Amino acid sequence: MKLVKNIGLVIFLIGLGIFTVLPFIGGVKLSDEMMRNILTESELNNLENRFEKEIIDIDFTSSYGFGSAVKGIYDDVNEEFRANKQWDKVMHTSPKEFSLKLAKVAAYGPVKDNKFAFFLLSFGLAILGAFIFILTDLKLKGPPGIKNDGIYHDPNTSRGWIGMITAAWLIGFYLLLYIAPYGIVNMIFVVEPVKWLFVEGGEASQWFLYGFMYTISMTIMGVRMIIKYRHNKYQIVRTISVVFFQFVFAFLLVEILPLFDLPGKDLKNAWPLDYSFLFDWNVKGLIENGTFGRFVFVWSILLSVIIVPTLVYFYGKRWYCSWVCGCGGLAETVGDPFRQLSNKKLWSWKMERWMIHLVLVFAIIMTIFTGYHTYNEIYGGPEMQDKHILFGFSAYNIREVYGFFIGTIFAGVIGTGFYPILGNRSWCRFGCPLAAYMGIVQRFKSRFRITTNGGQCISCGNCSTYCEQGIDVRAYAQKGQNIVRASCVGCGVCSAVCPRGVLKLENGPEKGRFGNEGPIVLGNDGFQLNV
Amino acid sequence: MQKIVIIGNGISGVTAARHIRKKSDAELLIISDETPYFFSRTALMYVFMGHMRKQDIKPYEDWFWKKNRIDLLQDYVSGIKASDSELSLQSGKKIKFDKLIIATGSKPNKFGWPGQDLKGVQGLYSMQDLDNLTKRADEIQRAVIVGGGLIGVELAEMLVSRGIEVVFLVRENRFWGSVLPVEEGNLISNHIQKHHIDLRFNTELDQIFGDENGVVNEIITKDGERISCQFVGLTAGVSPNVEWLKNSAINIDRGIVVNQYFETNLPNIYAIGDCAQFQVPVEGRKNIEQVWYTGRIMGETLAATLTGNRKAYQPGPWFNSAKFFDIEYQTYGNVNANRAANELDFYWQHPTKEIAIHLVWEKSNEIFIGINVFGLRMRHELFNQWLKTKVHIDEVMANLRIANFDPEFYKRYENEILDSFNLQTGKNIRLLKQKWWQKVLG
Ligand SMILES: Cc1cc2nc3c(=O)[nH]c(=O)nc-3n(C[C@H](O)[C@H](O)[C@H](O)COP(=O)(O)OP(=O)(O)OC[C@H]3O[C@@H](n4cnc5c(N)ncnc54)[C@H](O)[C@@H]3O)c2cc1C
Ligand code: SF4
Ligand code: SF4
Repeated sequence: MKLVKNIGLVIFLIGLGIFTVLPFIGGVKLSDEMMRNILTESELNNLENRFEKEIIDIDFTSSYGFGSAVKGIYDDVNEEFRANKQWDKVMHTSPKEFSLKLAKVAAYGPVKDNKFAFFLLSFGLAILGAFIFILTDLKLKGPPGIKNDGIYHDPNTSRGWIGMITAAWLIGFYLLLYIAPYGIVNMIFVVEPVKWLFVEGGEASQWFLYGFMYTISMTIMGVRMIIKYRHNKYQIVRTISVVFFQFVFAFLLVEILPLFDLPGKDLKNAWPLDYSFLFDWNVKGLIENGTFGRFVFVWSILLSVIIVPTLVYFYGKRWYCSWVCGCGGLAETVGDPFRQLSNKKLWSWKMERWMIHLVLVFAIIMTIFTGYHTYNEIYGGPEMQDKHILFGFSAYNIREVYGFFIGTIFAGVIGTGFYPILGNRSWCRFGCPLAAYMGIVQRFKSRFRITTNGGQCISCGNCSTYCEQGIDVRAYAQKGQNIVRASCVGCGVCSAVCPRGVLKLENGPEKGRFGNEGPIVLGNDGFQLNV
Repeated sequence: MQKIVIIGNGISGVTAARHIRKKSDAELLIISDETPYFFSRTALMYVFMGHMRKQDIKPYEDWFWKKNRIDLLQDYVSGIKASDSELSLQSGKKIKFDKLIIATGSKPNKFGWPGQDLKGVQGLYSMQDLDNLTKRADEIQRAVIVGGGLIGVELAEMLVSRGIEVVFLVRENRFWGSVLPVEEGNLISNHIQKHHIDLRFNTELDQIFGDENGVVNEIITKDGERISCQFVGLTAGVSPNVEWLKNSAINIDRGIVVNQYFETNLPNIYAIGDCAQFQVPVEGRKNIEQVWYTGRIMGETLAATLTGNRKAYQPGPWFNSAKFFDIEYQTYGNVNANRAANELDFYWQHPTKEIAIHLVWEKSNEIFIGINVFGLRMRHELFNQWLKTKVHIDEVMANLRIANFDPEFYKRYENEILDSFNLQTGKNIRLLKQKWWQKVLG
């Protein structure tokens, strides 16, 4: 069985290896004809000269080299226009998207010619290998129970060398995806056969690649999660739920709705996590889409203003963070091996409260600015059109800063890339504005708590160690207090790894939800307990 | 200012210090030789198994002590001169005290087996024990564990987690036979065997043999069977760690003899935790209590006394918990290994799963006495209440659903349990709905 597991690992690594070297296979060569086909007239006017000299018919060995060269020229030319104050000539396409578009057309080589074969060689092998690797645990790891043996001996899960390689891989991938997607055109090509399931001959974007990888990894690691925690039904049900929401709402519906000319929105994504909600293009897109679009617009407002706080009142923020959310879902499945790496020190709790609430404030301010701008665009008269300056700041700038630092760097690169270093929920804990919002409700007005079973705690520390949110659960449990914390996402793992069955996630009356507030633990009759 | 010195930074000493500090400004010093900071002894196994690192089993961050003005000193107390209120330390230092709390814990029992001091023969109690075991772990293919109790089964789990073959010698005819009734003993024994442990009942250690380097390589049992091994774990119970007091004026029996206020025979000297022995035990309890919870309760209680609120040791109803590989165990009240003549009991075990419940009550008035649960969790608060107010067994049975503390979505077995209970006793108890209790405790 051990052998089978290792074979699975090898197959997985081969698949992953092939996927990783995809960007280095084949080349990119843009012909004059291609250029004329793709570029708009004005782009052609602006770029033709330099393209002829530096791009056309030159054989680039990688799409990254090609894309960087194209982007360099594009930026140079725009820079020049700006310097000469030729505002009407400045081009507004995003440079990286522009380069990606060209790179896709100009790429050649075996990957582009054999997309499906390479899909099988990369994704196919990796998925197969991962399943073999994971399923063997059913036998290898013995009967259901706590399965944390060796976590701190394993160089992957204890910030050892494998962990560092994993982090480097993830961070590299995220940087390419967000900042230089033209570098990974071959990776985008191999998922196109999946796109064809939805749209015949359709073209995949880097976001389709990302969405597919995200959903597939969550599904596979969800299976792992269920096997690992199969002694705990809460974990099984919750994992199925979170994978379901990712699969159906964030992946399938987003692909299927556009087929019916409906907006491909992820309906579970609530503001302020969904920070582009009041962006002009989003609102316009929804409103112009007719009944369904309007429904989605109203739904989004209802979701954030009514549904989210109401459900947090009844069930705690776990209903979203651990049962529905995509970010949370990735953290709970792909990130599960790293949950122990979250920082439990008091200073990190202090930092967390500052950071997450600042991000929330930032998100609100940013939304006010974009809302103002969008309102002007849609309802303002002609003189208000494109009015985006408020109090001297431009809504465009603010949303760009937010999108880059919070949306890309924090949520993406740090949030996921740093799993093997900071643990699996650093975004959820330090950055997510929706989590901050729900946390306030959970702390002050909710029926949710984690009940401590009297005096049964032996202060072993498993709960604190495996709390991905860095909550020092033990500090409460050993005093016989209940755990009521804004940041608790109700993953239930503290309860699942407690060797004494001390912790229970519960919804109950608000009265007495903090439990024993005195200093003396149950079991000592010399004292009156405030329970 | 009065100076309170505590020997031993285990749960007992540390709890006393923390609670004294809450109420008093006294100077506080904890002297302990094992580790610089308090750690959770109960979590030693998890460090070995890689669930946690050493720093994770410290319940308080290192700055905590300074912030609370609790001075720490890592040293060994070699003698007490009570007449001068002075301690002498191994380092040569002398320390004066106004009040002294002795909380020096236990030591693994060694019954004078030949070879018990060979390399690779050890108990599992201290951080040093953990370090020694960790150092040798890679050289062990087969280990023998002597003594079937809680620490023994933990040691077995630790060794198996590293792929070491384990032979487990148990004196009784079932695991933990001195505490668990037959049914439970068999349930746990079977489970231990499922984890590929060679469990030998009615077997005792006779001698341990070593090689030319003084490293263990074989044992022989009282039945004459030889078992080759590279490690022997001695887990046949623990005894109070009081050897070092033999030459002092403090009254020692098996432990440090104290009254219900933890006072020794000498003024201003107290003893709590594993090392204390009550002259007169609390009714229904042992005179030496060696568990985490009692150490904590003793620390809390003595702290009250030392801060002007004199309290006798008054633990509530007995409770404890443990885990045998994958089976969780909780107990409230008293369930004896052998049912007493004045008791009745009811045992239910799931036909296929490792889930069981054992209730005991008084024959004459049907007052509930105690419960063991396996693979089920029960609410401490509620059982504490029931045991204190001496409720009828029927009330316990009717409220089983409310008493349950299993995580959400877990399958519930109250109906099966109650059907079986009604069948055995001829009663007709029905489950109560959750409502009233929520009002009481919620
Ligand atoms: C492996 C293991 C698992 C356990 N699991 C559980 C469990 O699950 N549940 C439970 O209820 N109980 C459990 N116990 C028992 C529980 O840990 C003990 O009852 C408890 O730790 C005793 O605490 P204490 O403070 O009295 O003594 P200790 O924790 O033993 O602390 C005494 C300290 O004093 C130091 N010391 C001793 N003599 C001197 C001296 N002369 N000078 C200076 N320092 C000295 C010792 O080195 C030690 O550090 C377990 C014990 C072990 C060993
Ligand atoms: S406290 Fe428990 S349930 Fe809450 S986030 Fe931490 S591990 Fe999850
Ligand atoms: S609550 Fe459980 S896991 Fe946490 S310290 Fe207490 S016994 Fe250990």
